[in-house]
Amino acid sequence: MISPETPPDERPADVYYYGTCLVDLFYPEAGLSGIRLLEREGVRVVYPQGQTCCGQPAYNSGYSSEARAVARSQIERFSRPWPVVVPSGSCAGMMKHYYPSLFDGDPFLERALEFAGRIHELTSFLVRVLRVRLVDRGEPARVTWHTSCHALREMGIRDEPASLLAQLERVEVIPLARESECCGFGGTFAVRHPEISAAMVEDKAAAVAATGAPTLLSGDGGCLLNIAGRLEATGQRVRPVHIAQFLWERTRAR
Amino acid sequence: MPVEPGSHRFRDAASSALKDPGLRANFRRAMDGLISKRAAQFADPVEWRDLKRLGSAIRARSLARLPELLERLEGRCLGNGIQVRWAETTEDANRIVLEILRSHGATRVVKGKSMVSEEMHLNEFLEEHGVESLESDLGEYIIQLDGETPSHIIMPAIHKNRQQIARLLGEKIRGARYTEDIDELTGIARRVLRKKFFEADAGISGVNFAVAETGTLCLVENEGNGRMSTHVPPVHIALMGLEKVVENLEDVPPLYSLLTRSATGQSITTYFNMITRPRTEAEKDGPLAVYLVILDNGRSRIFEDPELAATLRCIRCGACMNHCPVYTRVGGHAYESTYPGPIGKILAPQTDGVGARHDLVEASSLCGACGEVCPVGIPIPELIVRLRQEAAQPEPGSTVRGAGTGGSRGESLAWRLWAKSHRHPVLYRLLGLTATRLRRFIPGRLPVLAAWTSARSTPRPAARTLHELAKSAGVADE
Repeated sequence: MISPETPPDERPADVYYYGTCLVDLFYPEAGLSGIRLLEREGVRVVYPQGQTCCGQPAYNSGYSSEARAVARSQIERFSRPWPVVVPSGSCAGMMKHYYPSLFDGDPFLERALEFAGRIHELTSFLVRVLRVRLVDRGEPARVTWHTSCHALREMGIRDEPASLLAQLERVEVIPLARESECCGFGGTFAVRHPEISAAMVEDKAAAVAATGAPTLLSGDGGCLLNIAGRLEATGQRVRPVHIAQFLWERTRAR
Repeated sequence: MPVEPGSHRFRDAASSALKDPGLRANFRRAMDGLISKRAAQFADPVEWRDLKRLGSAIRARSLARLPELLERLEGRCLGNGIQVRWAETTEDANRIVLEILRSHGATRVVKGKSMVSEEMHLNEFLEEHGVESLESDLGEYIIQLDGETPSHIIMPAIHKNRQQIARLLGEKIRGARYTEDIDELTGIARRVLRKKFFEADAGISGVNFAVAETGTLCLVENEGNGRMSTHVPPVHIALMGLEKVVENLEDVPPLYSLLTRSATGQSITTYFNMITRPRTEAEKDGPLAVYLVILDNGRSRIFEDPELAATLRCIRCGACMNHCPVYTRVGGHAYESTYPGPIGKILAPQTDGVGARHDLVEASSLCGACGEVCPVGIPIPELIVRLRQEAAQPEPGSTVRGAGTGGSRGESLAWRLWAKSHRHPVLYRLLGLTATRLRRFIPGRLPVLAAWTSARSTPRPAARTLHELAKSAGVADE
């Protein structure tokens, strides 16, 4: 792995927003909420309409040349030196850590490294760079939180989501048993080893239901889609919500 | 590029394992215990980070100088009176062991725990050639009684619960009564094994670390059976994979600490044996002859690739499997490889071929738990992805066994089409529009989604994409 240099966390005037393909198709409201949270802090948000997918599905399946072609097309659409904020630890991890490896020995490596150095996961950017202060305007609520594996282990996101939720006075976070255990999504893994993936998501959904919280929060579209699908299939009345949408809905002026 | 026969072994075995609630409960309970014991050992993240860095550096340095260190080890061992034999394959290693035993007229062997001997299927080989070979590690003894292979590299009988072990010992050992008391169960095994140690003509053991500087073979264990196997019989044969060598004695303490804390959550094991030579004339105990058999079995081929060579850093602690959400659910036997779990997913495809064990290469959600806990910094998830690349699109000059035999034409075409549509924004947006506009027409059970919907509801795209929402909300495009 070639690690990019991370520039100091200065408060920028402009940021790029990388929506990710899963949010684009399944959780666009969450994507837009992320944009609203950033704009409220006085940052101009640019959403390049030419963006598609980070290429992780092909990369993780072993098809690097296809992933490389897609990665290059993404990097080229984010050419200004602005931070790139991503509402997903998984896609952020792909772009930050694996884009450079894709261009190892390629003249494009320098650009890949420069781009990778600008990648920020959304909750981390809100906490560490923008230092947001949230005012809770919602009704009392109980939620539980599922950590995405790549947010935790590739992006090093540990306390950021919790610190954001802790700012919401009327939100109680019920701890999820085995919170950092994988939900079984793993992109194409869910299709290649469906029985093992199913066993994993069954356990995760059961743990979510056992918290008694009516809302499940996560910061990654993949985990949400997976756990939501299981909760729905088993008739659980738990609402899966992306943390960006939850934060925006509770703190927006009415 | 057809998929090789037998490459679904894992999938089929995992499928049966998942249907066994008792097995799943045994593994979940055991792994939960091991995870919390390890976490207590590494409660200080800075100490863990520093020790892991040190351990990784020691193993990386040992591997960087592997040929030289192996030569030095051989020289030191010979100087100390330990005879050294090299085995390229497991067949060679078995033959070498048998020749040594025959040269001493040995027909009864006691064994300490050794994963290399599991690679060799040594017990079966020796039984076929008229040698009685008895496992003396309690876990290994239990599975040998039941005709099984280890389901975990540290705790070979971890798939069995107390009741299952009680029944087994009650049935198979003459004069033993059924009891679920752990001390009594251990006592039953001890009575059998004590006698065997004194009757044995030879002892066979593994090696945890072989020190090139001094020719010392280090053996880590808890039961004392390792010491008995290597000191009581007149002949000791130590088996090691060629990657086990380290340079200096001072390399050992950090690795030993990482090993025991990662494996069982112990600060230190009950026994730590350092074997440097056979008995001298002035000594009253210890073996009269000591042999070291160094096995390759595909390791030197792994060593050729600078990235994949990290596989050989492994000190066999088992932390990767203890923390693996896949291993925890399917257990060790499903892997049908000597080494199960994440380390097995990168090792078996390299020794057996990435096409032949492609189902193992695929059997990871890439959650990263294994890489996180590996005490010697093996980037297991990255090496899994690398092996997927080797299976589908190997680089020219690849040294990986079976490179290019894991993909299929259909899959390759699918990814090419995927890349095309995701490189061209217009095509991509057209796909998004199609999916969102047709969302109401997606049937509840779609054949292409069968794997997904076996446990989940059908995913439904939103009414409008984020591209559309951002545009209509006036979010800047450039």
